[in-house]
Amino acid sequence: MASPVPVKEKKLMEVKLGELPGWILMRDFTPKGIAGAFQRGYYRYYNKYINVKKGGVAGISMVLAAYVLFNYCRSYKELKHERLRKYH
Amino acid sequence: MNENLFASFAAPSMMGLPIVVLIVMFPSILFPTPNRLINNRLISIQQWLIQLTSKQMLAIHNQKGRTWALMLMSLILFIGSTNLLGLLPHSFTPTTQLSMNLGMAIPLWAGTVITGFRYKTKASLAHFLPQGTPLPLIPMLVVIETISLFIQPMALAVRLTANITAGHLLIHLIGGATLALINISATTAFITFIILILLTILEFAVALIQAYVFTLLVSLYLHDNT
Repeated sequence: MASPVPVKEKKLMEVKLGELPGWILMRDFTPKGIAGAFQRGYYRYYNKYINVKKGGVAGISMVLAAYVLFNYCRSYKELKHERLRKYH
Repeated sequence: MNENLFASFAAPSMMGLPIVVLIVMFPSILFPTPNRLINNRLISIQQWLIQLTSKQMLAIHNQKGRTWALMLMSLILFIGSTNLLGLLPHSFTPTTQLSMNLGMAIPLWAGTVITGFRYKTKASLAHFLPQGTPLPLIPMLVVIETISLFIQPMALAVRLTANITAGHLLIHLIGGATLALINISATTAFITFIILILLTILEFAVALIQAYVFTLLVSLYLHDNT
């Protein structure tokens, strides 16, 4: 690699496309690492949309919309049969 | 059609993994912990509601009964939020499962009864015989009171399950009827749609009321026994 900074410490937007597989493989996939990733993601969302001075209904309704989408994907197999088609 | 109707009540599992655990834990994300003196709007609203409810609910208890405050408040919060989340489309409501409601009702009821027996043995045994019963009726009345005591946890669990399940089922049925009627007669479909809207408003109320009733009854059993 022709970059002076080692691949592991770069942020995602600065990783070149060819280095991407290597970057992904170097991430921390231990349980502690995965828990840390979930925690970081949760606090990123929370501090951006909810933990603000004048938070609105958008913060929590995005969470509920994602929940609805998750449940839709989960029950797609049964819902497939209720489409308005001639042949199922 | 039969399988369709009840498929939404089956415990969800994706690729064999029981994600029902994830769904039961989901409402906890919606209640962040307050860290500061003045918090963000979501936490402030929740704090205000919890203060309102806890003052109302713990007013009848004495010092001993008030040690159950955390249990009762988390109970009403859990049941209320789970029921309300179940009204979203396609979602799974854990309180429709009798197993879960029994798991909540039996330990709580048993806790109140055992507390009563430990600390006020004579008084809790005295509950089995109402005041002023004529002498020949006493044996039969004791049996009846025992049965009514043991039916309390069953009634708690079955009441919650049946109410929420019946509400969801009605919404499914009337929604399906509205869809089927659109092609046949638009006016009837419109009337059915109005019924559906009224039913949904009722379901919102039922979700909250059931939580309240469950918690209130547990607190009542507690009051009898402390």
